[in-house]
Amino acid sequence: MTSVESLAAGPLFGLPLPELWFVLVFTMLATFLFLDGFDFGAGAIFALLETDDERETVLAAIGPFWDGNEVWLVVFGGALFAAFPPAYAGLFSRHYLLMFGILGTLILRGLAPEMYEQRHDSQWQRWWGRAFVTGSVLAPFLLGAFAGNWLVGSGRSLTLVGLVVGVTVTLLTVVSGAAFLQLKGRERLPEAVTTYGTAATVGYLLAVVVTLGVLAVRLPGGLEALLDPAIVALVVASIGLAAGYVVALGREQSLLALGAAAVLTYGLVAVVAILMYPAIDPATGATVRGTIVSTLPLNLMTIGASLLLPLVAIYFVVLYSAFSGPITPEEAY
Amino acid sequence: MIDPVIASRLQFAVTTIVHIIFPVMSMGLAPFLIYFTWKDIRTDEPIYEQLRRFWTKIFAISFVVGTVTGIVLEFEFGTNFAAFSTAAGELFGGPLAVEGMMAFMLEATFLGVFVFGRDRVGDKLYFVSSIAVGLGTWLSAVWILIANSWMQTPRGYELVTENGQTIVHLTDPIAAYLNPRFGYMYVHMQNAAVESVALFMAGVGAYYVFRHHVWGYPVENVNFWEATLKIGLVALLITAPLQVLHGDMYGRHVAETQPQKFAAMEAVWETESYVPEYIVAVPTSVDGFTDPRAKELFGIGIPGGASWLASGGDPTAEIRGLNDFETEAPPVAIVFWAFRAMVGLGFWFILLALWGGYRWYKGQLLEDGLLHKALMGSSLLGIVAVELGWIVTEVGRQPWVIQDVMRTSAGVSPGLTGTEATITLVGFVGVYTTLLGLYSYVVWRIIRNGPPGGDQLRVNREESPTTGPETPAPGVADDD
Repeated sequence: MTSVESLAAGPLFGLPLPELWFVLVFTMLATFLFLDGFDFGAGAIFALLETDDERETVLAAIGPFWDGNEVWLVVFGGALFAAFPPAYAGLFSRHYLLMFGILGTLILRGLAPEMYEQRHDSQWQRWWGRAFVTGSVLAPFLLGAFAGNWLVGSGRSLTLVGLVVGVTVTLLTVVSGAAFLQLKGRERLPEAVTTYGTAATVGYLLAVVVTLGVLAVRLPGGLEALLDPAIVALVVASIGLAAGYVVALGREQSLLALGAAAVLTYGLVAVVAILMYPAIDPATGATVRGTIVSTLPLNLMTIGASLLLPLVAIYFVVLYSAFSGPITPEEAY
Repeated sequence: MIDPVIASRLQFAVTTIVHIIFPVMSMGLAPFLIYFTWKDIRTDEPIYEQLRRFWTKIFAISFVVGTVTGIVLEFEFGTNFAAFSTAAGELFGGPLAVEGMMAFMLEATFLGVFVFGRDRVGDKLYFVSSIAVGLGTWLSAVWILIANSWMQTPRGYELVTENGQTIVHLTDPIAAYLNPRFGYMYVHMQNAAVESVALFMAGVGAYYVFRHHVWGYPVENVNFWEATLKIGLVALLITAPLQVLHGDMYGRHVAETQPQKFAAMEAVWETESYVPEYIVAVPTSVDGFTDPRAKELFGIGIPGGASWLASGGDPTAEIRGLNDFETEAPPVAIVFWAFRAMVGLGFWFILLALWGGYRWYKGQLLEDGLLHKALMGSSLLGIVAVELGWIVTEVGRQPWVIQDVMRTSAGVSPGLTGTEATITLVGFVGVYTTLLGLYSYVVWRIIRNGPPGGDQLRVNREESPTTGPETPAPGVADDD
């Protein structure tokens, strides 16, 4: 049993804990962007579907999962707050209106499917369907805008970098969403889902190119930073993954396609994190090591997270295996 | 434009006051749902399946609205109270992060299994998921109240000045997280949640029992409503007396640790001894409402009662008046009246429980129309009492965000403008009012549609083995 005094003395087992938490915080953000991302993407595709039956399938597909998926945003926020309080405070207060935009769209998106199912008259469902689509598209867009602003250290509500990163993230959620819907909705969703997924992938790659171009101009040390070997490797790997995704989706190997979409999401977030390090809030120049909490709470959190995160992984395995496989006709929400 | 400090405080007040309703519903429902699930699995009585399915619907919508309104609260610390978050993040952020990983994750993932998975998973896992959801809701409260109680009775820290900023450093996690307030707060809150749901159940049950047994209207599934009324009443008989018992201990603890809050609760301005406790207080002028002063109220007071409460048994004990503190007093009127209303409701709930219990014992529970009306009228008062309690807690500790360490005004985000703060305040008032309206509408529809029908339910389940509780109840015509 480690005593509290020895926890306060130095880093746990000599690990570089500030960097570990930097990686952990971004991993949580990426996990949120992937998991809730396919919910968002499903919500965007919901707009393009024509029959009630198809729309019900989308809602039934995300029904059991979205709440757990969205908790990753809370965990991300909590971890950033607990590990890097000045960065959390600075980022969120500087992006004041943008943060509330994100919260508003998340409220809309979370509430809409519940309300949609409460009544079965067409006008009610039409309006809540629109609310669901609006929230699903705007939430990832604003989150992307937030990430873009964060990276280039801008405090304004909407910047060019924010705009392009927002579009990139939104398209990426459609990529994930298409794979997820193909997995859950076989036979009950049309071929069109495959087409939307493929189109979104092409759009995503274009958006990445535009984003890199804008970053080369706007980022301090722009082009040079982008030519970092790790960034180049991630970009090249993304193109390969995107191609693999399109092939897998075409062959209805949905799980493989979903896996590729996941790696794409983690890759995109990794690019942001690599470009940012060693800063954690480029706007103020605050660094990872400069904003980390003191040794005692850091060690406690590390122990806590190393016990809790494996448990969380088990919960997700239980959840996803309980609802594995396509939606059956009786399961309509 | 409203001043950013005022607007931030109002916004936090609006968002918490609305948010707290949904955790109260889910925390309060959790033990009932575990019980219904267990009985549903172990017995063959369809009533337990009805109870489980009916109350799961209300739990699910409460949880969803609780999630979306709760994310807002976590982010508001960063957006509106950045100075507080920077200064106290080391102590305050940890519990929030652990709450997310330990409690919220458990709740949210197993809720998926619990709401949608009755026919997808086996009995054992299904029962485990009901416990996991319940445990998650109760653990959430542990960590949130650890964070909150630390602000009321801060311990286990030292103040360090770094780059001209005063930062709270954690030095003793056990002292900090198991601070003196935590236990009182947790027990009082958790019991309040179960009591609120008990009142709600009893009220909803009473409505249909009244229609059927007193008015003689035909009510489908009347045995379901009778069971609901009785279960609510049993829970109320247990929780209502407990609430007042530990509430009394809690009050004494506040007098010891936050004397300024206690003085505001009693509207004592000048330090004096032998202070009476006004059970019924009526202001003699309009000013008495907005600026209550215990001495000037016309009331029925127990001589030395407040002194007795504060000191734990000494009616002559001295109470330090609000004028004798260095900091300005909290808004006394709000604290004073909210406290009185909460305590009054607490006693009313005991009376209600005893009344119902007595009529039940006499075998007249189903016929007493006046009792039914009283229960119906009180169905939401548990939640009202919770709100009042939180108002006493949070308004009463002003002007401190961390008692004796940091003023609320010093905790607000430095760059926040009045325009920004006003825009979001107005936005939240609109959005949260709408949310509350929609939530009430959905809950009202669930109650009106009633439980899934008895035998018919069994037949339908065999035909369609994967019907989730969100599906409109079989046998109940959808009126749209």
